[in-house]
Amino acid sequence: MSTLQIDFSAAGGSGGAPQKIVGIDLGTTNSLVAVMDLTSPRILSGIVPSVVSVSDKGEVIAGREARDMLITHPERTVYSVKRLMGRGLADVEEEVKLFPFRIAEGSDSVLKLRLGDKIMTPPEVSAYILRKLKHDAEVALGEPVTQAVITVPAYFNDAQRQATKDAGRIAGLEVLRLVNEPTAAALAYGLDKRKEGLVAVYDFGGGTFDISILRLHDGIFEVLATNGDTHLGGDDIDNLLLKIALEDIHSEWGRDLSADPTGVQLLRRAVIQAKEQLSFVPEAVIDLEYSGHRYQRHIGLDLYDRLIQPVVGRTLGPCRDCIKDSGVKIEEIDEVVMVGGSTRIPLVRSAVEKLFRKRPHTELNPDEVVALGAAVQAAILSGDVQDKLLLDVTPLSLGIETLGGLVSKLIHRNSTIPASATEAFTTAVDGQKNVLIHVVQGERELVKDCRSLARFDLKDIAPQPAGMARIEVRFLIDANGILNVTARDVRTGKEHSVEVKPSYGLTDEQVEAMILESFEKAEADFAERQVREARVEADTIMAATEKARKSEAYDTLEPTEQSAIDRAVNELLVVYHGNDHVLIRAKIDQLNTATEVLAHTIMNTAVSRMLKGTQL
Amino acid sequence: MQYYEALGLEPKLALDLEDLKKRFYDRSRQWHPDRFSRAAPEERQRALDMTATLNDAFRTLKAPVSRAEYFLEESGIPIPKEAPPELLEEVFEFNMALEELRGGDGSAREALLAAEARFNGMLTEIDASLEQLFPRHDASGDRTVLDEIRGALNRRRYIANLVRDAGKELNVHVAN
Repeated sequence: MSTLQIDFSAAGGSGGAPQKIVGIDLGTTNSLVAVMDLTSPRILSGIVPSVVSVSDKGEVIAGREARDMLITHPERTVYSVKRLMGRGLADVEEEVKLFPFRIAEGSDSVLKLRLGDKIMTPPEVSAYILRKLKHDAEVALGEPVTQAVITVPAYFNDAQRQATKDAGRIAGLEVLRLVNEPTAAALAYGLDKRKEGLVAVYDFGGGTFDISILRLHDGIFEVLATNGDTHLGGDDIDNLLLKIALEDIHSEWGRDLSADPTGVQLLRRAVIQAKEQLSFVPEAVIDLEYSGHRYQRHIGLDLYDRLIQPVVGRTLGPCRDCIKDSGVKIEEIDEVVMVGGSTRIPLVRSAVEKLFRKRPHTELNPDEVVALGAAVQAAILSGDVQDKLLLDVTPLSLGIETLGGLVSKLIHRNSTIPASATEAFTTAVDGQKNVLIHVVQGERELVKDCRSLARFDLKDIAPQPAGMARIEVRFLIDANGILNVTARDVRTGKEHSVEVKPSYGLTDEQVEAMILESFEKAEADFAERQVREARVEADTIMAATEKARKSEAYDTLEPTEQSAIDRAVNELLVVYHGNDHVLIRAKIDQLNTATEVLAHTIMNTAVSRMLKGTQL
Repeated sequence: MQYYEALGLEPKLALDLEDLKKRFYDRSRQWHPDRFSRAAPEERQRALDMTATLNDAFRTLKAPVSRAEYFLEESGIPIPKEAPPELLEEVFEFNMALEELRGGDGSAREALLAAEARFNGMLTEIDASLEQLFPRHDASGDRTVLDEIRGALNRRRYIANLVRDAGKELNVHVAN
């Protein structure tokens, strides 16, 4: 057990209020953690960039520091890992070319990223982001956090959801619920103030796009239909601009920057800055100074709009399909809500307004609204909020492979979850010992056009003539949108074991192994971070003390007070390089006490000087 | 019948949609897994199973056609999958037009559109007749009414497939 947890249990007292469940928005670009206060949700700490990097010493870092390392160590820094979650090598081959890091060997069913000499799967990378959020939340709340609601794009398939859940487990979080991002946003918007109504949520983020249509009914948020694209977002706009800038630079500087990871990341940062400005001003400059060259390109809103039109246009098809599937008419929709950083783009806003013939809501910060909604859902689960209930749907149809590579659909898309279907299976030849069920997700009629989800093996069937065995299989999509399969031998009534082989993703055993490994590492990482943080604090107070020593106020101190400060500084310096953060903190406290009088005197001097200033 | 039980209803073909919705929302509030996230594992599993069945039930019963299909199946009356003989001539012409359009003969378009409109008209008629047959069955419990419903559902399924095929083909050519 880590020291911090012991501290917490002492501070929190035993048998008190149950632990808070936090709400986490695990975003493509940024992540946030929020919690429900008495009446409303609040963000717990600053934005954590969804970036993970490996330092020279082999230490894994997540968040802001890691984002800086995108420039200094691009080849072992991962961003937008969400786009790789639950995906196979063939899905991301195009995209990976743009990433500075490499894919490791043996990435058959699970992608493996090579970061320096470390090899990590996307769920492990995400787990580092989650650990950072968990830690930030614990610091902000002053109590341990072990349970969370994590948001996912509504259009995430089973593998992508499972990968997110795995990431939570690896990070030491019990993921009580995966909630769809647009639905979470609807919860945060407090739209249920209107008793009845139809709401469309347009969620355009860094890497994913979702549209959901909901019916509100007395605190029930019932999703009627959802649609989207898990590979469409602000990243695509960045890549468009990046491509143009790289071409420009090639002809202007006579050099191909794309082979230089640091150069590419600096340019990417410049491109993102220009993109963000174009949401507020009619012209921006992509500005890069690098290796003795300067590149500047002015981009006006006209050109920008024309450039990104195809990307924005790709969101409208899913919107129309979603409206059609929901069975409502566009003019019946009462409210349209905008979520995700990319909805700041003027062209996106006007396109949405034009389609829905309604001015969309943009009151809440589009970067925060999903995390806030996740916190509301967390409070629903803890029982703190009782007048709200979310009824979500599965975004994709679920089917099984039948003869001739055809799909037999069992649960249709937009079915309210939990949803289930039961099918009976039997053997085809005498003495057949197992039945293999191939489950796919998607809307097409041929297996090859759908997404393979997993193969379920009904093993150890008692030998009997063909067609005699009767095994009833229940396919159940739970409230997280994740498939559970159970089987029962109809004749004996006994549960039949099912072995799951996920097509893309980690097996349960692999996740368990990662949890074990991370548990050991986490203790070491944690202690190390504690020491690092204590040292940062020590640096701050020693610098302040050094500065104060040069002030007039220092001279007014009693000699005993001055020597007490000197002693405290020396003692702090002695423990500074040790590995005991408790000791460092004790010495920091000592120095704090020793400098109390000095701090007061400085403050008083400053105040009286200010008062004099006003008199003059 | 499990789906009716899940919503606290007697098995009947004619249902009041508003009442059905109210029952669904009330039971969702009570049984949704969200309400049991801190309960014991067995209780959580029970909430999950019950809510899944509730959702399956509401989805099936809210639409008249899926409701009737479920009712017949549970009553041991399978719906045949055969072409209704009275439609054979119509279907033959329809398939000809479809082939011609696929072969690039644009003039077949008119015939196909006309057939599509006729089929849609038939669907409306069948739906109206189901509305009549439902309360008749509920009042009498007469199995011959179920046979009539079975015939109507078979026709409906067949025609709905034809409309879907026509739609697919017509849309492809509109997009050109």
